[in-house]
Amino acid sequence: MNKFDTITAIQTQLGEAVLEVKRKSAQRIYIHISADKLTDASRLMLEQPGARLQIATGVDTSKGLEVMYHWAMDTDGIVITLRVLVGHESPELDSIAPIYPAAEWIEREIWELLGITFKGHPDLRHLLLADDWPEGNYPMRRNHEVTT
Amino acid sequence: MNKRTIVPIGPYHALQEEPEFFKLHVEGEKVVQLDIELGYNHRGIEKISESKTFEETIFLVERICGICSTSHPIACVQAVEDAGEIPVPERALFIRSAVGELERIHSHLLWLGLAGHFIGFNTIWMWAWRFREDVLNILELITGNRNHYGMMKPGGVRRDINKTDIPAIRKLLDSLGDPIKMFRDAVIQDPLIHARTKGVGILTREKAIAYGALGPTARASGFDIDVRRDHPHAAYGMLDFDVICCENGDVFDKAVVRIHEMYESISIIQQCLTQLEKTGGPVDSNPRNVTAGEGIGFYEAPRGEVFHYIRSDGSNRPIRHKVRAPSYMNVPTNRETVLGSTVADATIILAAVDPCYCCTERMAATVDRDDGEHHLSARDLIRLSCEKTDRLMAETGLEGPSLPDL
Amino acid sequence: MINKINALTRSLNVFHLAGSACNNCDIEILDALTPKYDLERFGITLVGSIRHADVLLVSGVFNRKAAIRARELLDQVPGPYLVLGIGGCPCTGLMFRDSYNWDHPPSDYMNIDAYVPGCPPKPEAIISAVVKVVEGLRSGALVPRCLQDSKPLSVEEAAETV
Repeated sequence: MNKFDTITAIQTQLGEAVLEVKRKSAQRIYIHISADKLTDASRLMLEQPGARLQIATGVDTSKGLEVMYHWAMDTDGIVITLRVLVGHESPELDSIAPIYPAAEWIEREIWELLGITFKGHPDLRHLLLADDWPEGNYPMRRNHEVTT
Repeated sequence: MNKRTIVPIGPYHALQEEPEFFKLHVEGEKVVQLDIELGYNHRGIEKISESKTFEETIFLVERICGICSTSHPIACVQAVEDAGEIPVPERALFIRSAVGELERIHSHLLWLGLAGHFIGFNTIWMWAWRFREDVLNILELITGNRNHYGMMKPGGVRRDINKTDIPAIRKLLDSLGDPIKMFRDAVIQDPLIHARTKGVGILTREKAIAYGALGPTARASGFDIDVRRDHPHAAYGMLDFDVICCENGDVFDKAVVRIHEMYESISIIQQCLTQLEKTGGPVDSNPRNVTAGEGIGFYEAPRGEVFHYIRSDGSNRPIRHKVRAPSYMNVPTNRETVLGSTVADATIILAAVDPCYCCTERMAATVDRDDGEHHLSARDLIRLSCEKTDRLMAETGLEGPSLPDL
Repeated sequence: MINKINALTRSLNVFHLAGSACNNCDIEILDALTPKYDLERFGITLVGSIRHADVLLVSGVFNRKAAIRARELLDQVPGPYLVLGIGGCPCTGLMFRDSYNWDHPPSDYMNIDAYVPGCPPKPEAIISAVVKVVEGLRSGALVPRCLQDSKPLSVEEAAETV
């Protein structure tokens, strides 16, 4: 199976949930999928030989809260990044920690720094910030102000 | 009724005595649960990056960790170059790999010393760190500093390696061959080390994959991944090297992987030096700006893959910079490896992933007793580990690794 | 009290207190104990408990969580004691001053007697600092700040006394 098979599988199995495929370079492919298909897409990636979730990056953008799941395909030497977008007013995503333990800390960090709730996460609590960090204070949001 | 105790273990090296970080839940002598509490090192670096220029960001990420001090800059400049499609001269690629592999040798020697210290062989600690000084001398010769080299920039490296320095560098590298052989023979073949580390803290291949383990932690379990080979970057696509893998995933295998990787590193550096002697050219493509875009850069640090993501909007600052260090994926594997072990083995198991808490964050173990909570300090835990070594020495008549007089 | 200060000029027990450090200064401090620099030949030993410490070597910026722990630990140090800020982080916080997770510089709540700038300072610089401090104690020029009822020594003031 080569890298194109994985992209084809994503497009075939997710159909209209694939909103955009951007080939930045031979080694970097970014695929925007609709957020409700995140778990299906993640399961699909886990089935691909040589696929490994490197990390997920959360970004506060004008269009909403974006989370990118960076999957290294070690047998092909490429990275396929799955991008999902949720609105500021309802920042929720399905947790993939139940199917992939590596995601546990990743989702806890995105929750506490960006304010996205991961539904179904087994242990959603502070990872890096103090337990008494003010609720609703998300340092990685654009409008965050440093308080001393 | 089972008496469950929680034991606090100090962080990265035992000589820090900050309170409770890893929480080991212990019943009798066996560890039944591990809670990991982080947060004592979190400095908000990703957010700070957004207010720095790209050059300043490289300076910043170097200080994420003092030991993987060039791994983060290499991954970060690669992310910037990926985002802005910035070319890098070939000479700079060889210099990047050479400096990176020197860092790998010094980091593995550092780990070897601390691992020896944790199981009661302080001679290994002293000797490993004494030879580490030779590696730091090479780094100071090339970069001007023993640590925090300031070598990397988007588009290349900031300093060239003088051809006139290369013979001296080769000589220092050659002088490392015998000491590493000494450590390999003393540690890998010693029956007492076997007794302390074989079958201890096993991470299965399945669990390594499920946790996304990286670096020697993954390779010791038979999870054969190495960014240098799988996603060639810097000069690795032009070099010959082996990726060291073991099968059992115990502390012993983790040590074997690291010791043999040092040999590979020396070979890689020698190959880089040969190229640098033969060729010339610039070491910096002097990019004027970073065009708008997003980029990913990753590098095989001594502990595993370091990952950086950069998003640029065409200005001179990143609008988003994501950093993920290898210990972030490796430290949670302790939840599997420490279960069922004894408290005496806890320090060496937790140290076996070569945790870099400044890259990640920290751990503790407590024991509930009927008479109240009982805390054991880092010192106590190391003492328990050393006492186990003493007991094994008494039972077996073995004396442990002997290092020749040097 | 003079005798107690004299006790700080020989056979020092050193405790290393790192708070949110990158570990580079921590490694250079440990390096000072290993064969190349060998601090132990001067009678300087690293101790595992702050209760046995004569000198605290402080590194790192101390984020909000670490600062709370540090204050708890500092209550346990028997006086008199010296505090050396190792590296650029306790001096100024370096670039981490802009962090959302950082409140106060360590000098706000620690009696820092001397700063050793560098990122990291080489082991020679750390040893040189210890020597200068001991000489200052012997000559009476330096009185441990834990015995003084004065505001914390900032790094700018410290630079003027060098």
